[in-house]
Amino acid sequence: MSRHTLSVLVENKPGVLARVSALFSRRGFNIDSLAVGQTEHDDISRMTIVVSVEELPLEQVTKQLNKLVNVLKIVELDPSQSVQRELMLIKVKADADSRSHVLELVQLFRARCVDVAADAVTIEVTGTPDKLEAFVKVLEPFGIKELVQSGMVAIGRGARSITDRSLRALDRTA
Amino acid sequence: MTERMTGAQALVRALEHVGVDTVFGIPGGAILPAYDPLYDSTKVRHVLVRHEQGAGHAAEGYAQATGRVGVCMATSGPGATNLVTPLADAYMDSVPIVAITGQVPSAAIGTDAFQEADISGITMPITKHNFLVTDPLDIPRTILEAFHIASTGRPGPVLVDIAKDALQADTTFSWPPVMQLPGYRPVTRPHSKQIREAAKLIAEAARPVLYVGGGVHRAGASAELLQLAELTNIPVVTTLMARGAFPDSHPQHLGMPGMHGSVAAVGALQKSDLIIGMGVRFDDRVTGQLSTFAPYAKIVHADIDPAEISKNRHADVPIVGDCKEVLGDLIAAVQAASRRGDYSAWWTLLNGIKATYPLGYDEFDDGSLAPQYVMERLSAIVGPDAYYVAGVGQHQMWAAQFVQYEKPGTFINSGGLGTMGFAVPAAMGAKMGRPDATVWAIDGDGCFQMTNQELATCAIEGVPIKVAVINNGNLGMVRQWQTLFYHERYSNTDLQTTRRIPDFVKLADAYGCVGLRCERPEDVDATIRKAMEITDVPVVVDFVVHQDAMVWPMVAAGTSNDDIKIARDMAPTWESEDE
Repeated sequence: MSRHTLSVLVENKPGVLARVSALFSRRGFNIDSLAVGQTEHDDISRMTIVVSVEELPLEQVTKQLNKLVNVLKIVELDPSQSVQRELMLIKVKADADSRSHVLELVQLFRARCVDVAADAVTIEVTGTPDKLEAFVKVLEPFGIKELVQSGMVAIGRGARSITDRSLRALDRTA
Repeated sequence: MTERMTGAQALVRALEHVGVDTVFGIPGGAILPAYDPLYDSTKVRHVLVRHEQGAGHAAEGYAQATGRVGVCMATSGPGATNLVTPLADAYMDSVPIVAITGQVPSAAIGTDAFQEADISGITMPITKHNFLVTDPLDIPRTILEAFHIASTGRPGPVLVDIAKDALQADTTFSWPPVMQLPGYRPVTRPHSKQIREAAKLIAEAARPVLYVGGGVHRAGASAELLQLAELTNIPVVTTLMARGAFPDSHPQHLGMPGMHGSVAAVGALQKSDLIIGMGVRFDDRVTGQLSTFAPYAKIVHADIDPAEISKNRHADVPIVGDCKEVLGDLIAAVQAASRRGDYSAWWTLLNGIKATYPLGYDEFDDGSLAPQYVMERLSAIVGPDAYYVAGVGQHQMWAAQFVQYEKPGTFINSGGLGTMGFAVPAAMGAKMGRPDATVWAIDGDGCFQMTNQELATCAIEGVPIKVAVINNGNLGMVRQWQTLFYHERYSNTDLQTTRRIPDFVKLADAYGCVGLRCERPEDVDATIRKAMEITDVPVVVDFVVHQDAMVWPMVAAGTSNDDIKIARDMAPTWESEDE
């Protein structure tokens, strides 16, 4: 099975997330990661969905998604032609003895320390899933107290925008 | 022009504007505001049914008999959840219906209020689309959008759930509203390159088959289908949903494919080198075990829904488009082609199979009635202009096999979902849509007991349908599987209706219908004729048939079409061939 990143432009309306996620579950597809947020246009939201499927089921899920009335556009983003990022917040044990070691690793991974307590620090890190995985691994020996992670967001490289044409479709109906 | 009115009045006005003449429904608390202005409408006739499921199936029957959108209405909570089965049914069979439900006032949504159910959430996977309306200003546009979505592209059910306060509030009404559906763009025009490719394969093929499905009905493309078939001389099989799309009497028709298909239709697909699927979805009931389905065939698959193409079987030539346009373009492409296919050897083989393995059935020595004989006589006496509406089970298969369909849309049944209880309410809807036509519900005694309360609606509203109850006293199809696959252990399939509990003749009488009974072959014709003579009230005929009659041929579930049986432990012998 291979991982695929889908960028799905949807109408910014209540219930759309439920329609999309319900479609995945009822057609038997697992979502690895899902992120939803605003776009540069108020009427359009963008979902970034990462799925692990073979080519054929991927085609089927894309077609089924396209049938949802609130879905405007679906683009598969090739990892080599796009920027893909996740955000992670990690609370790791760090007392006076270990804090400098932890902060050194924060530097190496170009992460940021966003909160400091007497025996712990909270770190913010963004990057590809591989980078985040590597970062978690080096922090593990210190003791990870809590970890939270966002879904992946992704955008294509270059000057082209995937929202342009969908905006025109929206304008026509306005 | 903009007018002031309530949301409920706007709803009724919008229904009038989109051309609704019949609504099937039952009022209740949350939808009550809509029923008040509906009472005054001179254009919309509301038919008070006895159960919301009946309203939904009636809307389906109406839609399939007329080609227009069927409409049903219910209140919140249990009223709405009773529509779930017909919505799922309409979704599976691509039937254009719009369901309008009342919802608790918007401030109460999410509080587990009295008769609250999240019907838009519940019906999300079984509707083409649904709406929850809380602003009265949105009502006219939503109704227009709902009818547009239900009736265009691949048709299907749309639910509009309207909060009670939106119905009660004052609003402004103007028509037509502007639809806001930027993400809804069904493709109807086929791609010319794919059409040329399909025409090329048709010319090159030696053993082609036109595999015709319900999409041809929905597209109204029977005339084009006949023209293409005759132009190319390609054999035609019509699925359960397509019975009547191509005339049964036509020499190129091989019958129905699938689990209970004819040997010729099933065999043709299995031996084919080119299947031209037209408005079909390669359903498991047609393909049997998918890995052994039509192993030698290339596939041309045309459907208006891109997601159907290559869903189950890979299409060598995918064509997205409306069947009417696809067939029209294919006709032109075949006419323009420099060469035609030669299928004479193929026809020799198929005609041999057709002659050797016609549909047949066993009569019983004890003088009891064979259900298939009832179908044959119904077909002969009632004729091809009538509508035949079946439930689900053995009687449905016999109705598909032994009634001769010559005209598109004259066989209406629950195909994809297999909803027992479909026939009586759907027949009522069909008869209301086509008041001048004869409408026969062909039902089983099990099915009939699920929805026969709508006979009251038929009697009171003056909808003189006819019902042939094929009464074998059992859940016959399940019993057949128990006979074949469960060592004749008849667990909970004996309804004992042949003991006359209930007595269907008395039941008909109680509902203000005429009840007739027929138990012997020699009485069948006279009984049918008598039923045909009664045109002012509904008629129920209790055909008491032998419980051991079985549906043959049969491809057992999950097995290969190659293992089709023509009777218990009897397989056809295929002609030797040069694969």
